[in-house]
Amino acid sequence: MTEIETKRTVLLVDDDEDFLFQHRLHLETAGFNVLVAHGTKEAEAILAQQRPDLAVIDVMMENPDAGFTLCHRIRKQDASIPVILVTSVNSETGLDFTLSTDEQRSWIKADAFLAKPIRFEQLMREIDRVFSRPAVKV
Amino acid sequence: MDTLRVLVTDDELGMRLGVTRTLRDFSVCVPDVSGNVTFSVDQAESGEEALEKIDRNPPDILLLDHKMPGISGLDVLDRLADRETDMLTIMITAYASIETAVAATKRGAYDFLAKPFTPDELKSTIRKAAARLILAKQARRLAEEKRRVRFEFIRVLGHELKAPLNAVAGYLDILHNHQLGDNLAVYDELITRSLTRMDGMRKLIADLLDLTQIESGEKNRELAQVDLAMAAASAIEAVAAQAAERTVTVELHSIGPLMISADAREIEIIFNNLLTNAIKYNRDGGRVDVALQQAGTKAEITVTDTGIGMSEEELKQLFGEFVRIRNDKTRHILGSGLGLSIVKKLALLYGGDVNVESHPDAGSTFTVTL
Repeated sequence: MTEIETKRTVLLVDDDEDFLFQHRLHLETAGFNVLVAHGTKEAEAILAQQRPDLAVIDVMMENPDAGFTLCHRIRKQDASIPVILVTSVNSETGLDFTLSTDEQRSWIKADAFLAKPIRFEQLMREIDRVFSRPAVKV
Repeated sequence: MDTLRVLVTDDELGMRLGVTRTLRDFSVCVPDVSGNVTFSVDQAESGEEALEKIDRNPPDILLLDHKMPGISGLDVLDRLADRETDMLTIMITAYASIETAVAATKRGAYDFLAKPFTPDELKSTIRKAAARLILAKQARRLAEEKRRVRFEFIRVLGHELKAPLNAVAGYLDILHNHQLGDNLAVYDELITRSLTRMDGMRKLIADLLDLTQIESGEKNRELAQVDLAMAAASAIEAVAAQAAERTVTVELHSIGPLMISADAREIEIIFNNLLTNAIKYNRDGGRVDVALQQAGTKAEITVTDTGIGMSEEELKQLFGEFVRIRNDKTRHILGSGLGLSIVKKLALLYGGDVNVESHPDAGSTFTVTL
């Protein structure tokens, strides 16, 4: 196999230009192909064309739960694509979102949930974890 | 609709029944509070029973006979002295003497009814007590609401201040690790982006100071005769560079001086917010038209742009604090989310208002009356 074929592709979805810029850079440095989308619409256009190996999605975009909706649609379309949700929902709303209990996992259909601001190492850890375990059941 | 609970304490059954009957269909309308207040009446035939009932579930109004077998009305008041409660006590007494009145008042009674009293006298006393209770409740609710709004503001503000810091820290991290190799030119974009975020933060802090200035009230305002035409011209001058960058033409339409009594700094804030919005949310090569006119006793400022406009849904949220309309078209536009809420607050201060008309992809017109 050539190197290109072994590269994994990550879809980054966030309306925060700086987040996209910085994490695209980090992920590319770490050896990933990166696709970026500024919102649900762009992400869906990309998903209609290609299948990323992982999606990293911000929750609060055009509306406060856009990321949840997108995550749900990806799950319906192709449940084998792992999804990591990233959000400042915790600091913005005071709500506590984690995926540590079964009940939370049952309604947030994501493989991991990270609270912003996230450090890149944190995201990498989750990405490694996601790729080393079977996808969540839907 | 509020229901106030009344406990009538009297050893005479007739008195208890009479009060219950009188208040059964009685309702009070308290000014400034929506809906009528009605009453539900419970009874106690002795001071002991009353204390027991109050312990279990304190009523809003206690009608308390003074002279009862067992402990007296004044004794009941004594035992209630240490309790922290909103309950109002109305003493019922057959001997409406000054001494009883003084003694009861010292022990915290709110009012008196001298036996025998007519249903109307009872109603009028209850009406007074009810108004006081409801208004006290209302005041507490408002204070609580104010605290909540304040808290919410600070929480969101914290978030808004943290976001640019995080972004800049992220860029500095990349610079620090020389993550993009040795070509310095590649780093320019990171620096430009960092500076942009810091500019945004500076604008947020400036807006916050404006907001604080407005909310600090009258004492800091300096009212003088201000010519809106001149103020508009100098505000347009101030945003000229920003307009040139987007090749947006800004034009003032006025028929000479338009004097109003105002604080010059506040007028500057209004024009600045309206103009920067009209430029930011415009298209390249677009127009901004500023018109001034006298409308009755008020002055009217109209700022029309040829920008991206807003949907009905977006218009509804527009004047809230930290509200920024988020869609594909606004993604690259920076703002504090405070500008229009400031304009609105200022307009209200002048007994005026802000209105907006907007069509997606055609533009918006903001009309401020002062």
